[in-house]
Amino acid sequence: MEIKSPAQTGSAVAEASHEDFTEFKQHVHRYLFVFYALLFGTLATVGASYIPWGNHEINIGVALFIAVCKGSLVACYFMHLISERRLIYGILMFTAFFFLGLMFLTLSAYLNFPLDTVTPYGH
Amino acid sequence: MQATATEAFPHSGAHAAHHQEAGFLRTYVFSTDHKMIGLQYGFTALCFLLFGFFLMLMMRWQIAHPGKPVPIMGPMLASLLGNVAANGIISPDLYNSFGAMHGTIMVFLAIVPLAFAAFGNYLVPLQIGAPDMAFPRVNMASYQFYVLGGTVMFFSFFIPGGAAQAGWTSYPPLAEVVQTNGQTFWLIGMIFLISSSLLGAVNFIATVIQLRAPGMTWMRLPFFVWAQFVTAFLLLLAFPPLEAAGILQLMDKVAGTSFFLPTGLAVGGKLAHISGGGSPLLWQHLFWFLAHPEVYVLILPAMGIVAEIIANNTRKPIWGYKSLVYSVLTIGFLSFIVWAHHMYLTGMGTKIATFFQTTTMLISIPSVIILTCMFISLWGGSIRFNTPMLFVMAFLPMFGIGGLTGLPLGLSYSDIYLHDTYYVIAHFHYIVAPGTIFAIFAGIYYWFPKITGRFMNEFWGKIHFWGSLIFMNLIFQPMFAQGMAGMLRRMADGGANYSGAKTPDTVGGLSPFIMGLHTWILWAAVGLALVQIPFVINLFWSIKHGPETHSDNPWDSTTLEWQTPTPPPHGNFATAPLVYRGPYEYSVPGHERDFTPQNEPDPACEPSPA
Amino acid sequence: MDIPYTVEARPDTGLYNAKVGIWLFLASEVMLFGALFSAYILLRVGAPAGYWPEGWLNVPLGTLNTMVLITSSITTVMAWASLKMHQFGRFKLFHAITLLMALTFLSIKSYEYHDKFTHFEILLKDGRFADGHIIERAPDHIVIHGRIVNDEKALYNLHEKHIQLKEVTIQRSQIKSMERYGPWHNTYCALYFTLTGLHALHVIGGAIVIGFLWGPGSKLWETDPERFTNRVEVSGLFWHFVDLVWIFLFPVLYLL
Repeated sequence: MEIKSPAQTGSAVAEASHEDFTEFKQHVHRYLFVFYALLFGTLATVGASYIPWGNHEINIGVALFIAVCKGSLVACYFMHLISERRLIYGILMFTAFFFLGLMFLTLSAYLNFPLDTVTPYGH
Repeated sequence: MQATATEAFPHSGAHAAHHQEAGFLRTYVFSTDHKMIGLQYGFTALCFLLFGFFLMLMMRWQIAHPGKPVPIMGPMLASLLGNVAANGIISPDLYNSFGAMHGTIMVFLAIVPLAFAAFGNYLVPLQIGAPDMAFPRVNMASYQFYVLGGTVMFFSFFIPGGAAQAGWTSYPPLAEVVQTNGQTFWLIGMIFLISSSLLGAVNFIATVIQLRAPGMTWMRLPFFVWAQFVTAFLLLLAFPPLEAAGILQLMDKVAGTSFFLPTGLAVGGKLAHISGGGSPLLWQHLFWFLAHPEVYVLILPAMGIVAEIIANNTRKPIWGYKSLVYSVLTIGFLSFIVWAHHMYLTGMGTKIATFFQTTTMLISIPSVIILTCMFISLWGGSIRFNTPMLFVMAFLPMFGIGGLTGLPLGLSYSDIYLHDTYYVIAHFHYIVAPGTIFAIFAGIYYWFPKITGRFMNEFWGKIHFWGSLIFMNLIFQPMFAQGMAGMLRRMADGGANYSGAKTPDTVGGLSPFIMGLHTWILWAAVGLALVQIPFVINLFWSIKHGPETHSDNPWDSTTLEWQTPTPPPHGNFATAPLVYRGPYEYSVPGHERDFTPQNEPDPACEPSPA
Repeated sequence: MDIPYTVEARPDTGLYNAKVGIWLFLASEVMLFGALFSAYILLRVGAPAGYWPEGWLNVPLGTLNTMVLITSSITTVMAWASLKMHQFGRFKLFHAITLLMALTFLSIKSYEYHDKFTHFEILLKDGRFADGHIIERAPDHIVIHGRIVNDEKALYNLHEKHIQLKEVTIQRSQIKSMERYGPWHNTYCALYFTLTGLHALHVIGGAIVIGFLWGPGSKLWETDPERFTNRVEVSGLFWHFVDLVWIFLFPVLYLL
């Protein structure tokens, strides 16, 4: 995270303060598109959950895949992550790494250990 | 701006102070000034430190003399706490409460608020040349949450059944089935404390990223700021899982869920009336996901303080600044993936244990690099042996002992034997007590002149230092022996039931010598208490009566906090300082003075415009 | 000396303070919900076969609530875009819809909670299980809208097509024990109430902030429009995050 030259950063500030209207009109169209995509994604998740793929794991995979797509849309466009500063990406990459570490290392405590020992006595 | 040391801001402090004339409440209670918040944190946390120490003394008495009334304090305990301390005797229940609360108070209410919140709040904005923290009101809220959490914790002693009894780790199912609401108080208190730390962490990181003075590039940050920065990231990302776990355990306590209670759990010989299906291991994962980084939260700010004081008192640049910075970043990163080395005995799979052993051994490398850099920094310096420097010089070997004795605990084979013995207690107390607390003492002696304009008394400071050093070692060194002899921690009778005297036919009973060390430790602890008295008196007496400094930079230091008026006014700097050089330019050849402040203009080097 | 970069962006980072702050806060929120999700996974894969509930929640209502939150998200981003285009009236309109959507979400959620708290599983003395909502309570008997099954396992999978609910009268003398579908009922209910409860708290918190900016806080628009726009942006980021969490909660709790 070295300091950039003033010329480079100065233009970014100017850009932010004099955002021109036509550009924002385009943004609005993009937001509406994302909105429709999210509604469609919701219906698709519900629909896919009723399809008998034969294996419940596939249902879980499909539902989570759609959820990840929807989540990415929200994060990228509504939260403007698609055009965010490097610093924010850095923070979020660390967070994502530790998030995955928490998820998978916790589960992998059962790698060579029977899973039903999590709740030893059954139901 | 042509700023050289103090002359550039001739007592602008007085002006600014008058400008900001505010009432008592706004100045001392609901202040948004980072310096006042730092002092509030410092004072409150020192009180908790003393309280945690008092709990420890009571426990040491009980361990050395199980079932005997506590001298002097006994009647007070009996009248305040009732049945659990009947006749001034500490009952096993009360002992468990004291043990759990000693850990909780020392870690979450004393050391972290001192090392991170107090020193960090006061110094980070000053050292980076900022007028305040990025979010002053969030900063105030952070302190208020801390006080709220501390109050809940403190008053849980006086509810029926007493405070939490299941250790600072609060492992379920034990934590949830002990018959006291103290655990619920503990959880609510923890949720406040965690929220406080999260707000503080957001504030610290945003401040360091956004408010560095012009020219204060990342590689010109004092090491203390780097340490606080990494610490803040640890708090930010490691604390939320414990907050989640706290919420889940709170649901178990108040809403009857079974997140951590397994099916078939028997309490008092009867099947518990719970839905079951929970996992006790889940708590341990979530708890240690915080609590291991927490260890680094305890030690990193201390290393930061040590680096500042070493550079200043050896009058030469710290050795290997970049190595230090990259090491502290590596520690921060690795500390998130070592947590399960606390869980080798929990029935976790052996494959993952191997993974955690590997990362645990890896994380010792940057720690050793930091310690080595500090030691090499001493080489060839003309060292000034004042009180802060003495504490720092003692920190180095003490932290070394603490760190090296940790290695056997990071390997599952040796840990299986040593786990839950006094060895563990000795190990982490070497890191935190003569480690972090010594650094905190050093910091107090070192920055006191900046806060008050007066020095603390050197003679009594040295008494305080030598006494603390000797007694701390007398307390903790015998515990290694006790632990290796097999004495378990957390026993209210100090292991009397396992002593060779009580069970003469048993192989491996604790020998009279090992048992006798309890008395030894008790009196060393009393000695440690006595040598803190000069410190407390010195601290308060010197505010008004200590020798005056006659300068804003009495230690001839280079970093920015010494280049402001004393005490720094609201807003810290009259105008934003420009930074021209790195943090430790001591004894630069060709300069007339042996220190060159960071904001001293350098014709050869323009400040970066950031 | 004032704190710099409260409104304008710092040149080298390109960000104003509050934006750095909110993203850091969201990073910690990711870890908070991450821990809760990993609790969910661990408890679910550890559950004995056949005892993880399926179809216990009302999917149409959940779908509706998802759409409600998505709508609130688009109005939130539009409210901010309106301010960027200096259309204060449209901002007021869009955020009014956001607040309405937040209220709708919470109302539907409360209805679902109520439905669960009035749902009983009743263990009968003959070892069978009655299950349903109580519609009548008499001194000697109760009437439920539900069914009676022989094996508790039958209560766990509601995806079966042939489940028929009808009014069943149960003598009080037959009842061994009864339990509401509250968080204490089983691990699934515990997770459901904790996760959605914590999420609902976030919705309430976000709605309070947005409500403040929509109401009394909007005076700032006249004196410092740029700062006000930044506040709306930052509160919007939080709101989108709350939406994002729900996007994952919905399939995890309702569908899988």
